Amino acid sequence: MKIAVLFKLVPDLVEELEIDESGTALDTTWLRQIINEPDDHAIEQAILLKEKMGAHVTVIAPEGEATDDVLFTAAAKGADQLIRLNGDFEEGMTNHALARVVTKVIKELQPDLVFTGVQAHNDLDGSVGPLLAEFLDMPYIGYISGVEVSGSTALVRKEYPGGLIGEMEVTLPALLGIQSAEQPPRYVAVSKVRQSMKTAEIEDQDAAEFDSSGAVDVTRMFQPEVGERATMIDGDEEEVASRLVEIFKEIGII
Amino acid sequence: MNDDIYVVVEHLQGQVADISYIMLAGARALSKNTGGQVIGVLLGHQVQDLAENLAADKVIYIDHPALTDFTSDAYLRTITDLINNNEPRAVIFGNTSIGADLASVLSSRLGLPLVNFCQRIKDNGVFVSQICGGKIMAESAIPAETTLITMIPGGYKPEEGQSTRAPEVTQVQAPQLDDLRVTLKQYIEPEAGDIDISSESILISVGRGIQNEGNIELAEELAEVLGGVVCASRPVVDQGWLPTSRMVGKSGVKVKPKLYLAFGISGAPEHIEGMSDSDMVIAINTDPTAPIFDIAKYGAEIDMFDLFDALIEQLEDA
Repeated sequence: MKIAVLFKLVPDLVEELEIDESGTALDTTWLRQIINEPDDHAIEQAILLKEKMGAHVTVIAPEGEATDDVLFTAAAKGADQLIRLNGDFEEGMTNHALARVVTKVIKELQPDLVFTGVQAHNDLDGSVGPLLAEFLDMPYIGYISGVEVSGSTALVRKEYPGGLIGEMEVTLPALLGIQSAEQPPRYVAVSKVRQSMKTAEIEDQDAAEFDSSGAVDVTRMFQPEVGERATMIDGDEEEVASRLVEIFKEIGII
Repeated sequence: MNDDIYVVVEHLQGQVADISYIMLAGARALSKNTGGQVIGVLLGHQVQDLAENLAADKVIYIDHPALTDFTSDAYLRTITDLINNNEPRAVIFGNTSIGADLASVLSSRLGLPLVNFCQRIKDNGVFVSQICGGKIMAESAIPAETTLITMIPGGYKPEEGQSTRAPEVTQVQAPQLDDLRVTLKQYIEPEAGDIDISSESILISVGRGIQNEGNIELAEELAEVLGGVVCASRPVVDQGWLPTSRMVGKSGVKVKPKLYLAFGISGAPEHIEGMSDSDMVIAINTDPTAPIFDIAKYGAEIDMFDLFDALIEQLEDA
């Protein structure tokens, strides 16, 4: 069985985000990028399947500052093949363009399963998984939190609101948008990642020209106006605690 | 192309989802600018009565046994057919476990533009999307072609998309739905948790900031003193530190306590969706820009671990 996993980097939301001079995009000058969290779960789910039933796992990503680290970490976890897409991704790329660029690469791999994270917080023009699924002519199911493969089908757990699960059967090859792996993404020791940097190899593929058609032009980007923001309680922990106790009394819960 | 705005109505196990009404309200706002009718698109099997309280000018109902439960393949074939035959001005989907399986695939399939995460539509017809975990808003104008849109909650109330007057229903033939690549085998109901957090009046909620499993105990201690229960946002449950029955948010439980005490929760839209009906939200977070402070009544920018100890001590003395 062959599994291909596509991940992308997204702005780290812990950092302060700024809008650039055009007023229509994020300022990328100091932007720290990290792996999209559901994509990390997609990698984990692929490795879990490999451990359970054997599989060849290829991890693919567009180049970026943190791309090599994530690729080598994936190798340390058990990924067999690493592919980096080279192109002018710095300016930010739409998911429509990324899906088109990666289509050719994935077609050549002829995978039985393709995983991506179900969505990313900056998916302004749709999510890359379902966009890609159609270009690959594969069925798509998202919000997945469990995958079992038997023969030419997979049995997946799809999440609905309120904790309800839809157990669905899908014919392979298929593309699955992973919400959570069956186990949290494993921790890999730095020494193991360093080792994989020496032994694993990243293959380079040049991205074709970007075609963003299908994405909508942003006319304005801004930080939300702060409406009724919380009344901030100042002071050290003792002062905050005593104000909270007062509030609890006011609303009658103690 | 005509001016009509289609809303793909979402329903699950015989219930219309709130997002459907929110989308109808959004469609009404968009139609003020584009003209055209607001048309509900209802797919299913023997569920025509679900159309009754939809605030739509008209409902297109497509009945087929293969549409009894949502599956991406059957829905996609049906909606592809409908868009090709009718060429509406826009088609609105929920940014949900149902709609998000459809909109992006259709954008690729039909070569149509897609606006994701739309929260509201301005009077001039401009879409306002919420991205980056609620920290950034992005505006875009409606493109010339049939436009696909996914909507998130927060811009309209479900009541705005409900009506006491049943809309006119037109039944449309489903396309051929054999050889489907996706089928539903069964629904698995959530395991009854030890506690039903949706009926608790005091919730101590912990997020990523709790750092490790051992620290959950601190929240448990506080909950005990306050007479509340501990719940969490997704990252904590994904780590296996608390059971799924304690997860608040979009695919977790919707809660409405008297007091929601949020520790180390940034307030991503998926989380807000599950707790915005709380009577009072108090947020503790070291990040002053965390969106949770936008919906909290009170907040403190302080290390939660220092506060746990101080608060437990003072409550015990109180």
